[in-house]
Amino acid sequence: MYAIVTGPLAWLAFLIFFIGIAVRAVLYIRGLDWKLDRVTYSVNTLFGVKGALRSIVFWIIPFGSRSWRAKPFFTILVFLFHLGLLITPVFLLGHNLLLKERWGFNLWAISENTADLLTILVMISAAFLALRRIALPEVRILTTAYDYLLLLIAVAPFITGFLAHRQTADYQFWLMLHIISGEVWLIAIPFTKLSHMVLFFLTRAQIGMDFGIKRGGMKGKGLAW
Amino acid sequence: MAQGKLCNRKPVNTREELKALLDDKNGAQYYQEMNQLDVDREALYNTLQKTCKSRLRTWLEICARCGLCADSCFFYLANQRDPKQVPSYKIQSTLGEIVRRKGNVDNAFMQTVMDTAWGKCTCCNRCAMYCPFGIDMGVMFGYLRGLCFSQGFVPWELKIGSGMHRIYNAQMDVTSEDWVETCEWMCEENSEKWPGLEIPIDKENADFIYTVNAREPKHYPEDLAEAAILFHIAGENWTVPSEGWEETSLAMFAGDWEGCRQQVMSVYSAMERLKPKRMVVTECGHAYRATVIEGPYWAGLTSGKTPVETQHYVEWVAEALKTGKLKIDPAKKIKEPVTYQDSCNYIRNAGLKDAARYIMSQIADDFREMSPCKEHNFCCGGGGGMNGLGRYRKERNIGLKVKRDQILATGAKLVVAPCHNCWDAIRDMEEIYEIGIRWSFLKPLLLKMVIVPEHLKPAEEEE
Repeated sequence: MYAIVTGPLAWLAFLIFFIGIAVRAVLYIRGLDWKLDRVTYSVNTLFGVKGALRSIVFWIIPFGSRSWRAKPFFTILVFLFHLGLLITPVFLLGHNLLLKERWGFNLWAISENTADLLTILVMISAAFLALRRIALPEVRILTTAYDYLLLLIAVAPFITGFLAHRQTADYQFWLMLHIISGEVWLIAIPFTKLSHMVLFFLTRAQIGMDFGIKRGGMKGKGLAW
Repeated sequence: MAQGKLCNRKPVNTREELKALLDDKNGAQYYQEMNQLDVDREALYNTLQKTCKSRLRTWLEICARCGLCADSCFFYLANQRDPKQVPSYKIQSTLGEIVRRKGNVDNAFMQTVMDTAWGKCTCCNRCAMYCPFGIDMGVMFGYLRGLCFSQGFVPWELKIGSGMHRIYNAQMDVTSEDWVETCEWMCEENSEKWPGLEIPIDKENADFIYTVNAREPKHYPEDLAEAAILFHIAGENWTVPSEGWEETSLAMFAGDWEGCRQQVMSVYSAMERLKPKRMVVTECGHAYRATVIEGPYWAGLTSGKTPVETQHYVEWVAEALKTGKLKIDPAKKIKEPVTYQDSCNYIRNAGLKDAARYIMSQIADDFREMSPCKEHNFCCGGGGGMNGLGRYRKERNIGLKVKRDQILATGAKLVVAPCHNCWDAIRDMEEIYEIGIRWSFLKPLLLKMVIVPEHLKPAEEEE
């Protein structure tokens, strides 16, 4: 079982993930239509690129946009959540040892304490993000079971990984769950709105081009996000 | 499939059809017929397949349902934070549902969609600035209006409005003759006070053509006179086209894309016919949005730009003040506190905030910004066609509260509103809420404070 999960299944998960997000990106870009979207993507491209970059940069920096500044608590939650979500799996010492063992290379690794801290932050922020969905009427009305499921998929590898790391008694069990939940995580990304991992950049670029090329970017100094 | 005599899927293209609609008081019969109007599901599905592409579908799909858009919407704020006014909810429960059901929706659903697309959104695009994914629900509501229009679910006034454009190339029944006559009349009216005043019609190769909102010749001809006088003082070499003078687009508010195309083509033809160096558009927000920002796309112009460069009136004023074509008498500047209503259509959606600021710095001693302002400003409450829709008058009036409170917070009693819709909304706001404010376009304010060169003054005044 362990061999299958860490062997062919892991390969499959990574393959689906990488091909999947590439396909999502390509389909998105190919589906853009200058006439339907009313944005001349390929004319005045410099203004478009500038608009796209500004649109991404102001939103990828915590408190970089007015919207982030207006909701500081939510902003902190979102950034901690995503930082932990992205940094932990890639730079975890254990993952990198595995990389070295399997493929003969490894990335720079964070300390175990840092990893623990990031993992705890992911779990806490996920809990608050879920609570927020229940507590705030304007979020509750938008929320469906799907949103909770996605949150669960996103955070499951962290919960299981954390438990595997701590609970030596059930180590094998939690490790197995951890690997499977990680694979679910990877596979789910291209097929669900977790695809915002790549589409965030593309939709932000699109709206940036829209404002940058058409809606004033060529006349003013650019939108104050 | 059942269609009404007045309420149907066919756009208005003849004067007879238009008259029948106009004769139906308040659209009573029209809305009654709407209850029987069948949804052409196949056509709806086909339209979705052809026009609902990755941008819209991705927006609908990846919306994180985070609710950050809630506070960006003035309708949400004005309606005691009613969750049903959250932009994401409004679009997901309408366009989102239509897409998920592949167009398989019924009459009652389409009426709800119509009431949401026109009664709960002015397409101000403010939500786009507050969504982490840049999801522009205003754009989606614009698209949704197009779907509604193609199915005949469109507010009565906008069915008429789109018909007006298709028949008269104007939002009102103002013909070319009416327009030219109004220009001549305004010239005569003011010729004594302004010797040599001209409204040159169809002059070729002028520095710019000036285009307007049909309400001006129809209801406020003095606006046209004021524009002419200011151009006269500035010594401009300008003209108006006898055809293609109308900038507005109720067709855009209606979602009648073919009507939109026809309307902007009339203006672009005038540009090609008269070969001006550029075009200046009157103090109207949606007119500029329609003809200058969106229009090139409806017309299929691959440059994304109007055939000749275009300026909004605020750009012309800012430039005239900068270059000294217009000079302000410092003693006559506005002394009282004054605020400025940033129009969504030419500030947020066309980047002209700096021109507006420059003007205010030149004409007012105590200019006070609203909060928020510039591209973050709230819609006046009357945009997107909202001012003119009887069916949503109550909703409109509730929505005005946000702007009312913004204005009151500045302490200013005078609001400069260089946009017809904003101007109307603020006028109605005063009528409803009686907060003791005044509102004005730029032209009458400028006329009170510009220095008139000696040679333009009437002879007797020179003595």
